[in-house]
Amino acid sequence: FYLTPPQVNSILKANEYSFKVPEFDGKNVSSVLGFDSNQLPANAPIEDRRSAATCLQTRGMLLGVFDGHAGCACAQAVSERLFYYIAVSLLPHETLLEIENAVESGRALLPILQWHKHPNDYFSKEASKLYFNSLRTYWQELIDLNSGETTDVREALINAFKRLDNDISLEAQVGDPNSFLNYLVLRVAFSGATACVAHVDGVDLHIANTGDSRAMLGVQEEDGSWSAVNLSYDHNAQNEHEVERVKMEHPKSEEKSLVKQDRLLGLLMPFRAFGDVKFKWSIELQKRVVESGPDQLNDNEYTKFIPPNYHTPPYLTAEPEVIHHKLRPQDKFLVLATDGLWETMHRQDVARIVGEYLTGVHHQQPIAVGGYKVTLGQMHGLLTERRARVSSVFEDQNAATHLIRHAVGNNEFGTVDHERLSKMLSLPEELARMYRDDITIIVVQFNSHVI
Amino acid sequence: AARMFLRLLSDIQWRAANPKWRGMTSSRRSTSTTAEPHPVSLPAQAQVVICGGGITGTSVAYHLSKMGWKDIVLLEQGRLAAGTTRFCAGIVSTARPLSIELKMAHYSNKLYEQLEQETGVPTGYTKTGSISLAQTQDRLISLKRIASSLNVMGIPCEIITPKQAVQLHPLINIHDLVGAMYVPEDALVTSANVSLALATAASRNGVQIHERTSVSHVTVQKGRVTGVETDRGRIQCQYFVNCAGQWAYELGHSGEEPVHIPLHACEHFYLLTHPLTEPLSSSLPTVVDPDGRIYVRNWQGGILSGGFEKNPKPLFTEGRNQLEIQNLQEDWDHFGPLLSALLRRMPGLEALQIMQLVNCPESFTPDMRCIMGESPTARGYFVLAGMNSAGISYGGGAGKYLAEWMVNGYPSDNVWPLDLKRFGTLQSSRTFLRHRVMEVMPLMCDLKVPRWDFQTGRQLRTSPLYDRLDAQGARWMEKHGFERVKYFVPPGKDLLDLDHSKTFYKPDWFDIVGAEVKCCKEAVCVIDMSSFTKFEISSTGDQALESLQYLFSNDLDVPVGHVVHTGMLNEKGGYENDCSIARLSKRSFFMISPTDQQVHCWAWLKNRLPDDSSLTLEDVTWKYTALNLIGPRAVDVLSELSYAPMTAEHFPSLFCKEMSVGYANGIRVMSITHTGEPGFVLYIPIEYALHVYNEVMNMGQKYGIRNAGYYALRSLRIEKFFAFWGQDLDAFTTPMECGREFQVKLEKGMDFVGQEALLEQKQNGVYKRFTMFILEDHDTDMDLWPWWGEPIFRNGRYVGKTTSSAYSYTLERHVCLGFVHNFDEKTGEELVVTTDFINQGEYEIDIAGQRFQAKAKLYPFSSLFTQRRRKDEVELSGYQRE
Repeated sequence: FYLTPPQVNSILKANEYSFKVPEFDGKNVSSVLGFDSNQLPANAPIEDRRSAATCLQTRGMLLGVFDGHAGCACAQAVSERLFYYIAVSLLPHETLLEIENAVESGRALLPILQWHKHPNDYFSKEASKLYFNSLRTYWQELIDLNSGETTDVREALINAFKRLDNDISLEAQVGDPNSFLNYLVLRVAFSGATACVAHVDGVDLHIANTGDSRAMLGVQEEDGSWSAVNLSYDHNAQNEHEVERVKMEHPKSEEKSLVKQDRLLGLLMPFRAFGDVKFKWSIELQKRVVESGPDQLNDNEYTKFIPPNYHTPPYLTAEPEVIHHKLRPQDKFLVLATDGLWETMHRQDVARIVGEYLTGVHHQQPIAVGGYKVTLGQMHGLLTERRARVSSVFEDQNAATHLIRHAVGNNEFGTVDHERLSKMLSLPEELARMYRDDITIIVVQFNSHVI
Repeated sequence: AARMFLRLLSDIQWRAANPKWRGMTSSRRSTSTTAEPHPVSLPAQAQVVICGGGITGTSVAYHLSKMGWKDIVLLEQGRLAAGTTRFCAGIVSTARPLSIELKMAHYSNKLYEQLEQETGVPTGYTKTGSISLAQTQDRLISLKRIASSLNVMGIPCEIITPKQAVQLHPLINIHDLVGAMYVPEDALVTSANVSLALATAASRNGVQIHERTSVSHVTVQKGRVTGVETDRGRIQCQYFVNCAGQWAYELGHSGEEPVHIPLHACEHFYLLTHPLTEPLSSSLPTVVDPDGRIYVRNWQGGILSGGFEKNPKPLFTEGRNQLEIQNLQEDWDHFGPLLSALLRRMPGLEALQIMQLVNCPESFTPDMRCIMGESPTARGYFVLAGMNSAGISYGGGAGKYLAEWMVNGYPSDNVWPLDLKRFGTLQSSRTFLRHRVMEVMPLMCDLKVPRWDFQTGRQLRTSPLYDRLDAQGARWMEKHGFERVKYFVPPGKDLLDLDHSKTFYKPDWFDIVGAEVKCCKEAVCVIDMSSFTKFEISSTGDQALESLQYLFSNDLDVPVGHVVHTGMLNEKGGYENDCSIARLSKRSFFMISPTDQQVHCWAWLKNRLPDDSSLTLEDVTWKYTALNLIGPRAVDVLSELSYAPMTAEHFPSLFCKEMSVGYANGIRVMSITHTGEPGFVLYIPIEYALHVYNEVMNMGQKYGIRNAGYYALRSLRIEKFFAFWGQDLDAFTTPMECGREFQVKLEKGMDFVGQEALLEQKQNGVYKRFTMFILEDHDTDMDLWPWWGEPIFRNGRYVGKTTSSAYSYTLERHVCLGFVHNFDEKTGEELVVTTDFINQGEYEIDIAGQRFQAKAKLYPFSSLFTQRRRKDEVELSGYQRE
């Protein structure tokens, strides 16, 4: 059976979200105009997560996509927590003191982040206290460490990633008296998540990436055409440097068993990730935690299974690779997306489709008759065809949705084929994952007037 | 592209065609390409400077010089006829709904027809005729209405069947047509050449023409034009004429004293093709398909086709920029829907080869009518612009009217619908204009049914009660930017949505307004009438009284507290304004005029009141909210609220008193209602408006009070034979012609404006007479409704047109008001209209070609009026046109 175009649209648009940076005095002073985001599930429930927030105590905006594996618990936790860790890492000493004093004396806390969330993006209420305590411990340490130096964004990002992963690991080791929470922290630690996060502050764009999601810059060339610039490296077997790194960190004897079938220890696709303590803890620790853990954990074959050739953990890290880019006027937008998109579309196509979408039909090449022989009938046909094309663009009010439409529905000619789109979206749950992965996309549009 | 167009559109070498013109300009032209462009210096002074060498500027120059004015300089920033005039489609079409526009187009047609013979410049004039197509019955009705008014003007015109249409133009696909209108004398011209021919004739008459000269601004001193600053020096002048087309707005704003000319340009596209295999005949009629939004004319064996799309592209909102008119882009995607309409109408053109899509900006005005006349603030500053894409059709006639205006002080016909002074600063906002013209341009092709309203640029001026009334179901119309209530939709009742309520027949609000009228007749209604123009005139001595006595025809030397209905007449005795004036004290007067008089009346008074610091004129329109309490119980409501007796003994008709209403003091109460019904208008300082309204509504409950709107007011005033200025009365109508002699005091002991003319009329009789018609065999449910502009026939012969109409819920008949003339059967000369002439005729009113018997009356039905009133107290004045 087929889905009608409105049915297709309602599926594609279910998770779309747009945010426009508010203007002051009729001017947007931020280098970001706003962003569109969306996700299309293939897993049930979806294992991807996304986050976006404006830093309130420092400048800048944070955006990130998170691709979970072995469940969604880790991706969920990272999507809730990571930006707080980053924001805290960026805070000056005085602000940290102020916050700590407020908590100490029970006063109202300065807001640190303003979240831009789709209604489906949830935060877990049960764990908030636990998460807050871990975060507070982090900033207390930062206060004690007071280096007096101004915070470097690169360092802050790296510290935040590592610290959060550490906290996830610790919380799972310590456990929690509340059985629900206890199970939760274990699920978080035993599942995994990649993260690709952008921090935009004026013309300074930092991308911190852990895993195989990707950040890509859309650049408009002088002739109006679009090109793509990668702002992250995939951490997987296709990345020679990454394979090299892993091999460097382990004895030569393990060289053969480290990467098998393009997977870490023959199991894991991404070479860096949050959680996944099975690739980080010693065998003893894993066994102890699983045995003392709740029954559900013990019944789970995956958690009990120790990876083969597991000799010198940790094999996995959450430390991100950070790339700094100074925005130029020709840099029009940034796409952050999980590997679900990049598996189906070349980045060059992504740049073109988003670029043409954002600039709208105005930049659609105008028709000129010039000296050619064109009849009224031919022109009429041409215009009718152009209108049809334009209207498919305007079906979407969201660049991310538009991109998903192409990613799922593109035929061999690079145009959206409704029949294909309908088939792909009507796949039964158990089959969907065979044909496509979860897709999560954030398209950030830059403000050329400021850059 | 620009060069190509000169070649394409001007078929002739116009410079060579006229020796005199060449002689005058050859030196300038031959050097204009060299480094020294302006060997002929500008004169230091002239009587008239015209800015703009397009069709309007050259037409004004042509007519002024014909009327004997010689000292005229015409300045053109580029080349003559190089702007919109050169790019426009060159269609002369007389099928216009508005009578004055029809006359202008008709005159233009006659003028262009003989222009080639007069000047020797080939104008490309070809009498092709035009066919307007109707795809719907409603469209056919609107065409029939136009056909009726063309026929009585003596312009041949007929409604034809689709089959007849295809015989006239074999390319038309008639499958979806219900009928058409054929105007055989409509013509085509090469528009640039018409303009050049006019310029040629003008220059022969002594007009100096300077190209490549731009006006930077106009200097004004003491409210009079003194000169013009150009890029080539200054010219002193007494008159300046702004014919700058789409740049008229900017030019108007360039001086120290801005002249507001509300117009805005939109891109306009038309298509040119190569010739057909068998080239089209140059005499093939022009086809207008308003439902398809397109027009098609033959052009050099091929076609020229353009249209008025639903989504126009306004341009130059920020003013002039580098985008020169010649460099505007073709936009095929934008033209797509019009191309579809063209191929649907003429499928045989599929294989026709495209030559070019022309982008020719046109300027549009807020009400789709052109702008002419003198600035209200700078005397001698005249304007003719904003042709709404009919520059060629109107250019000739409009130029004539403006020339007459300048030479004689007023044109030979009523041009108030086109007068610059119908607008004020409030229509001059760029945002307003941009939004409004985006509505106006599609309207060129939209069906115009009775009482349609503009949807854009609304809610600009509102009464403080706006939200309150809106919440009670008010439906709004707009007048001079002011929101006024049409009627109130009762709770629970739904009206058709906007598009579906468009009808030439009985409208969906019929019963609603009927109920409001009934309430006015039997109980009491409140109508918010805050939009009226209100002036206060006061002086330290008797200057105010003396000046007003001179400027107004009625006697204003009445006891304090009296209200006088009076005309503000011109020298010919015609109504420049019709107003009520209350004498507040010995030395101050309060004057109520129609809403759209705000600019015109102000300018009229300012120009005529003595320049005396002891005399002050103030516009207090914004200070007062006006509530009209109409109905027999109004007196009860008001006396309960004020604890003052309001009966006729204590508060006679036409009386004005400041009193308290509720807690609010200083409310000006006048015993007039503008309808002939009993009641009062309350002029309330705006901060008390809500309080007084609430008090009135609360107190009125037990008397059955309800809100009412202007439609009820209109029905009431028309059935009582009240003339409204702007609708029924104009500058060419005198009190004698509309039965208002009693509002003129010919012997008030001093001269007043128009007195002589009125005395002469009193002696010799009048040539037209305002008459009321009751439709006899008209079925309200089934027949087309009258609107205004319907021809009146007396004993089968045309005698005039209606000016307004309404359904009278009391008579249960339609009432039309209009003027009856007496045209001599042989010569067409106008003869005196006597009472007998009116009474002894059999009348018919023509509604879209169908004639209905009507009974003529010169006086209202006295039997309708149950209240006791002395005859001289009966107010016979009202103000609003719909």
